[in-house]
Amino acid sequence: MSLSVNIIKRLPGFTLKVSLNAEAGVTALLGASGSGKSMMLRCIAGVEKPDEGSIVLDGRVLYDSKAKIDLPPQARKVGYLFQRFALFPNMTVLQNIDAGLSLERDAHTRKTKREGFIARFHLQGLEDRLPRELSGGQMQRVALCRMLAGEPEAILLDEPFAALDSHLRWQMEAEVKETLAGFPGVALLVSHDRGEVYRMSKSVCVLNAGKSEPMITTRELFDQPRTLQTALITGCKNCVPAERLTTETVYVPQWNAKLACAPDDSSGITHVGIRAHDIVPCEPGTENAILCRVVDAADDVFSRVLTLLPTGGTATIRAEVSKAVGNTLQTGSDAWFCLPKEHIMLLRETHEG
Amino acid sequence: MQEILNILKTLDYSPLWISLQTGLVATVICFFLGIWTARCVMRMGKRAKAFVDGILTLPMVLPPTVAGFFLLLIFSLRRPIGSFLYDELSIKVVQTWLGCVLAAGVIAFPLMYRNARAAFEQVDIELIYAGRTLGMSERAIFWRVVLPSAGPGVVSGTILTFARALGEYGATSMLAGNIAGKTGTISQRIAMVIQNGDYLTAGLWVAIILLISFGIVVAMNVFADSKMRNIKKW
Repeated sequence: MSLSVNIIKRLPGFTLKVSLNAEAGVTALLGASGSGKSMMLRCIAGVEKPDEGSIVLDGRVLYDSKAKIDLPPQARKVGYLFQRFALFPNMTVLQNIDAGLSLERDAHTRKTKREGFIARFHLQGLEDRLPRELSGGQMQRVALCRMLAGEPEAILLDEPFAALDSHLRWQMEAEVKETLAGFPGVALLVSHDRGEVYRMSKSVCVLNAGKSEPMITTRELFDQPRTLQTALITGCKNCVPAERLTTETVYVPQWNAKLACAPDDSSGITHVGIRAHDIVPCEPGTENAILCRVVDAADDVFSRVLTLLPTGGTATIRAEVSKAVGNTLQTGSDAWFCLPKEHIMLLRETHEG
Repeated sequence: MQEILNILKTLDYSPLWISLQTGLVATVICFFLGIWTARCVMRMGKRAKAFVDGILTLPMVLPPTVAGFFLLLIFSLRRPIGSFLYDELSIKVVQTWLGCVLAAGVIAFPLMYRNARAAFEQVDIELIYAGRTLGMSERAIFWRVVLPSAGPGVVSGTILTFARALGEYGATSMLAGNIAGKTGTISQRIAMVIQNGDYLTAGLWVAIILLISFGIVVAMNVFADSKMRNIKKW
């Protein structure tokens, strides 16, 4: 089971250039809004046509610009879960699921399959309801059920939880995860939510302004982002230009600080990053300690967010500390903060560099 | 009062039936042709679309007599197409009921086409994409997904088309003429009796067409309201 996508699609304003090889299991596509994630899924599903390239699913060519192959979406066996579910508003739950069984010609088989799917997704009793009479979670279940009823060989999930309230999100995330675990083929999950990607996928492809970066495991992406863009997209709040001094030290002009880092001899390092929650108050003299002025302190839901200006520096650092610690640090005061060297991420501007 | 009743008793009701029949037939033709054309125009490129849409909308913005002029140019028995149709196929458009239908249809067509297109363009594209990825045929998607979604717009287009076809005057009088019992529609009858100074009969016909047209528009509003409950006031 594998899906190989190599496509170029020119759009007004930017060009989508994607290269990706996904194996069975969940692969995430992570990118900011407008980075072309949905367009890429649409090209794979066949509802949009790329300008050139090829899409191959399990050795079956879905699209190839050179060989002039372009299978219609109906023949691709690729399921698509839409952000707002796209349930047919004029059809009941039962009719919606039947639509997913469009390719099943035999009425008896269709009935058996339909009943099996309704039971599997706990939709008994809702068969005659219209989509507008369902809750968000039920709508998603119907959409999942409808998509899987056609027994697709690959499935595409376009921001599947974006339309749900946050309390429902957790529940549905668990349900979808369970469903995906039982799915034998390739599943592509589009998201801009790093948490969702971290929890649900095992490998990830970052889309940056329409260009795909090489695929890596999700763990690797979050633990050791290699580029500035990946660091930013995985939620790193502090990314600044840096100069390499030795394999174990970097100089950060904007923070007026020389920092120790884990030994690394890769070339082309242009930036360093550190996550806001990795920064901790410390005693003077600790390794990588910086004297900072607290220029702003604000409460978040479960933490306190500090904006710190290093002595002699020009750029602020964002730190997230527990409320107990944060409450002792008032705006305008000076304090020592440690940027632990194991959490310093060495970043490059781009992948090619 | 007695006078009105007397007139109603002796009135020649043929214009009412001719108008209703013309309106009905023209609407049925416009319904299918309008939907089909709307789909074709939607698939066109930007420039072709602007051009073709312009031509198709012209009958709505030009004086109906201009449309009548062009129709005569085509179907007059002294013209190539008109004489061909009459000689070879025995089809006569000028001075016949067929002319009534044609004139009313041409004038009312843009209402059907434009309403249908606007309704189709507002259908959530993701519903169509969903249908395709689920393996539904394009035909099934059109009849079971697009048309129900675009329903209210298509219905109001159809009703407006009927109302317009019912009252058509300018093009009809030029192409079909006003032959009593054959091509004499209500609007032509009104113009004719007014010329004779018979305000009472004209008034009665005005009342009849007013009632029908107003009834149609009210019915349309009621229907549209019940179908589109999520319309917001602002």
